[in-house]
Amino acid sequence: MTDQAVGTQDPRARDVRSAVGERIDAVRAAGRAALVGYLPVGFPDVETSVRAARTMVEQGVDVVELGVPYSDPVMDGPLIQKAVESALGAGVRVRDTLRAVEAVAGAGAPVLVMTYWNPVIRYGVDAFARDLASAGGAGMITPDLIPDEAGEWMTASDRYGLDRVFLVAPSSTTERLALTARASRGFVYAASTMGVTGTRTSVGEHAARLVADTRRAGAEHVCVGLGVSTADQAAEVAAYADGVIVGSAFVRPLVEAAEGSPGSDGIERLAAVVRDLASGVRRAAV
Amino acid sequence: MTAAPDGARSVPDHAHEDVDGTAAASSTTAATPPPPVEEAAMAEAMGPTRTAAGSGPYFGDFGGRFVPEALIEALDELDAEYSKAKADPAFGDELARLHLTYTGRPSIITEVPRFAAHCGGVRVILKREDLNHTGSHKINNVLGQALLTKRLGKKRVIAETGAGQHGVATATAAALFDLDCVIYMGEEDTRRQALNVARMRLLGAEVVPVSTGSKTLKDAINEALRDWVTNVDTTNYVFGTVAGPHPFPAMVRDFQRIIGVEARQQVLDLTGRLPDVVAACVGGGSNAIGIFHAFLDDPDVRLVGLEAGGDGVDTGRHAATISGGAPGVLHGARSFLLQDEDGQTIESHSISAGLDYPGVGPEHSWLSSIHRAEYRPITDAQAMEAFRLLCRTEGIIPAIESSHALAGAMQLGREAVAAGRPDTTILVNLSGRGDKDVETAAAWFSLLDEGES
Repeated sequence: MTDQAVGTQDPRARDVRSAVGERIDAVRAAGRAALVGYLPVGFPDVETSVRAARTMVEQGVDVVELGVPYSDPVMDGPLIQKAVESALGAGVRVRDTLRAVEAVAGAGAPVLVMTYWNPVIRYGVDAFARDLASAGGAGMITPDLIPDEAGEWMTASDRYGLDRVFLVAPSSTTERLALTARASRGFVYAASTMGVTGTRTSVGEHAARLVADTRRAGAEHVCVGLGVSTADQAAEVAAYADGVIVGSAFVRPLVEAAEGSPGSDGIERLAAVVRDLASGVRRAAV
Repeated sequence: MTAAPDGARSVPDHAHEDVDGTAAASSTTAATPPPPVEEAAMAEAMGPTRTAAGSGPYFGDFGGRFVPEALIEALDELDAEYSKAKADPAFGDELARLHLTYTGRPSIITEVPRFAAHCGGVRVILKREDLNHTGSHKINNVLGQALLTKRLGKKRVIAETGAGQHGVATATAAALFDLDCVIYMGEEDTRRQALNVARMRLLGAEVVPVSTGSKTLKDAINEALRDWVTNVDTTNYVFGTVAGPHPFPAMVRDFQRIIGVEARQQVLDLTGRLPDVVAACVGGGSNAIGIFHAFLDDPDVRLVGLEAGGDGVDTGRHAATISGGAPGVLHGARSFLLQDEDGQTIESHSISAGLDYPGVGPEHSWLSSIHRAEYRPITDAQAMEAFRLLCRTEGIIPAIESSHALAGAMQLGREAVAAGRPDTTILVNLSGRGDKDVETAAAWFSLLDEGES
């Protein structure tokens, strides 16, 4: 059944260029892994989140992930939950995400939208893909959508030339790694550990093996996320993966600023954290 | 949707007949005779076209698995183990033994003529799930899933709970089977249902108040899912209703199906014919699907789900998911849900914590879409009036959840009489008892007294 669902994709799919894949290749040609940075749109407000995302690019993030705030983020730990809840409480809308994509897309890094699936269903899968593409977005990361359920998104992403990033986990079977590798475009998101987003003292020991297994299953690019928060961890992951995905560590300075001193929006501290992580991916020999 | 056809991932449908048939037959030997052979043969002959044949992952356009990839292996493992268990007579026998010797099944039916006088004078018969050990139908499902947990070799169970009934049932099974048990419960609900929190702790469970989002059942499910993603190696998620990703909707339904299997035969024995209407309250929908399922292929039996209308569907403060929601994805399945125009889940409102959920099981959404079952809202005030009436006329204190079904019977009975069918029989699933609701009810009625006298 899974093959059927995935097999419905447009045969022209092979011709779709991957903005994110090309960026990862370019970075690899420069001798290092890519740094992928996540921020939720609308925290602490839409304008600041746009400024923060552009700052990430200026300070060395190669691919941007903009999160759509969602009421039931089951893959996120307490820190990102807090940021997203605050954004929703302030009235941030799904269309703000598209506006943010447009504002960040010119900064020099491809922009992926990270979203739980129901907001996309509600907007209309085809309509969201169309509007994302015309806003200059590169594609979507879909943490609660598996390829088995993604028929509509496979079709829409081919139609509008968007990347589609699905996740694999340490528990994924060989068959599911192959299925996910086949369905993905841009990269495959390897969850380093069994769990939710958040900073951890060590990246899961399964991550290196998962990257190798996912490549063996046919994935061209594999990036690792969940729990990477320090330059040393970034260097460690960059040694075996095509990209290092950082979320909570970038959100934290914004959350701390929102909770702490007025006047400071956390962007300066965010810039410092990005520089640190960017030095990490540059330290590792690929 | 472009997903695969129904049942692509599941075992042949007749397999679940084995476990349910076995369970029902064994448990009823003590009190009532097993269903007639020709009936079972007829059901078998009707084969895969039966409405009752759905076994997931999809129910029409609804169901599926909208979860992180990290959970797929655990769901597949659970699905496979459940399939094996269904084919294993020892599993059915053990479950039937627990029903008989622990839960107190089969639960009786009670005809309630004094209450029926308020339902236009039709016949009203209650299926007494309130008499089960732990006080509701929730135990039926939990015992099945606890046995599966043992078969999986896992030592820890987690569960979500709203009113606390599923949490209490899970804590009970965990004590019985010597499993570590963590219950996630919205902070708001731990306050509303403090007595059930104490019950779970008495039974040895850890109760974790969830303070994110709306601090109610939906957030408890989010937190339980996060726990499961993190601890899936050691932990089984004992899901409480017929929602969630496959195999939960079909599996929980199979474990609850015994309600309707028993009641169908009991009503036949009492009245000589099938009921005209079967009424049940619907939150996630497990007691409703449990009593509906055995009647799905009885076309003359009308199936009515009563949703929590809160202050009224038109006020926006309600939990009537099918009556007032739209299709989408929440907690792993495509189904109806309460959502805003951006697809954000809307907080539900109901006097009944057990129905206070913005989602509903996918099989209900499907039954509604094919017009096999109908769903209508009952307001808090209507439910509390039915609650009061059953207490006063029959000496039975119902759960506020079940009172929505009783209020539905009052409407449906009066409508039947107005339509010239006074000989109507309504079977109501009395899914739980009201001990846990005494404080809420006392507050409700004393407020009414102050306000209106």
